[in-house]
Amino acid sequence: MNWSDEGIILGSRRHGESSLIVELMTAAHGRHLGLVKGARRSQERAALQPGNTVSATWRARLDEHLGNYTIEPVRVRAAALMDGAAGLYALQVMAGLLRLVPERDPHPALYRRLAHTVEHLAEAGLAGALVVQFELELLRELGFGLDLDSCAATGVSADLIYVSPKSGRAVSRKAGTPFCDRLLALPAFLTTSDEVPAPPEILAGFRLTEFFLRRHVLDPRGLALPPARENFIALLGRAPVAA
Amino acid sequence: MAQRGVAGPEIERLIQLLSRLPGLGPRSARRAALHLVKKKETVLAPLAQAMGEAADKVRVCSVCGNIDTADPCMICTDPRRDGSTIIVIEDVADLWAMERAGVLNAKYHVLGGTLSPLDGVGPDDLTIDRLVARVAAGGVSEVILAMNATVDGETTAHFITDRLAGQGVKISRLAAGVPVGGELDYLDEGTLAAALKSRRPF
Repeated sequence: MNWSDEGIILGSRRHGESSLIVELMTAAHGRHLGLVKGARRSQERAALQPGNTVSATWRARLDEHLGNYTIEPVRVRAAALMDGAAGLYALQVMAGLLRLVPERDPHPALYRRLAHTVEHLAEAGLAGALVVQFELELLRELGFGLDLDSCAATGVSADLIYVSPKSGRAVSRKAGTPFCDRLLALPAFLTTSDEVPAPPEILAGFRLTEFFLRRHVLDPRGLALPPARENFIALLGRAPVAA
Repeated sequence: MAQRGVAGPEIERLIQLLSRLPGLGPRSARRAALHLVKKKETVLAPLAQAMGEAADKVRVCSVCGNIDTADPCMICTDPRRDGSTIIVIEDVADLWAMERAGVLNAKYHVLGGTLSPLDGVGPDDLTIDRLVARVAAGGVSEVILAMNATVDGETTAHFITDRLAGQGVKISRLAAGVPVGGELDYLDEGTLAAALKSRRPF
């Protein structure tokens, strides 16, 4: 068994005296673990930090084996991420959520979203919006995608400001106002605006994704959201966001 | 085919246990065991006695998380140490490394690891609450975060900083950059960038 792919490092753990088990989110092979021999003693250690994009070759005798990785750095951004809390928390949130996806199950759309997000993790405001969109993509990949294109009641595609907690579909202002206390807020940046949203918009986005993540993914499995998510949201809430 | 034992079950068991030690494989464990049994009076017996005593007496310090034969440990009870500074480290091995450096005469706090989603280590698995309680009890003016320069280490440092916010203590972290004896040509881009960012007047 042998393949090569591009991937983003999600985490690593020690194995024996000198090796690491590295977890990658790859473009074509999904979330995949492998052993990097001698990694703890080599210059490779810096390249094996979470958030870095690498070119990986995986080899194993049988497909079900852990296998060995040979890894070459493509884009080393961990050191830049380590400068600020927001990027690190965001990375931990996404790595934690990606573990909800079955191992070795290809999710190219989710990989693309992850790759786009890690590229902007140093920009706190943009990173917040991108993580919300990553969570929406994750819901979609797990089969619980929200339909935010048109109003569930009227079919219109303009002025969508609510989401129905029952159906996960968008609801327009006109149709939703009588039931606004029972509907979830839909921030504009998820439907129309391309601008970097303000912190309240991002927080509304996180509340929206949290509701559906808990209901469809976490609660049925008895799991909790990654602890770093709370810290990330708190940080976004109190930091002045640069456009 | 099963491997034939070369010695009695007691020695085979000794070899098996030695091979579990860090840095020892089955071959080196066999060599170590042979050395031990050959020098029974001068090495094996004193080693067995020392290990027995350590196993009886070793405990984790309830204050800082260090491993010692007394609780609180020798560092926590040492009156010559500056209790107003706490160095936070990931593991006891890091504490020993800091003590080897011998630069600061401070007290320590061993976290027991770092936040790591891959290992399933969350804030509740570390001794962060105990650190916050130590700081809240008063008498601490500075907390030095001496975590490894890894993404997990830095995330943990930021998490602790958030938890200590409002306690009125100075929070500092170790500098990152060129190691002693390091050649720039062999450093990775991240280390070089960190070194340039933390440059100082000369």
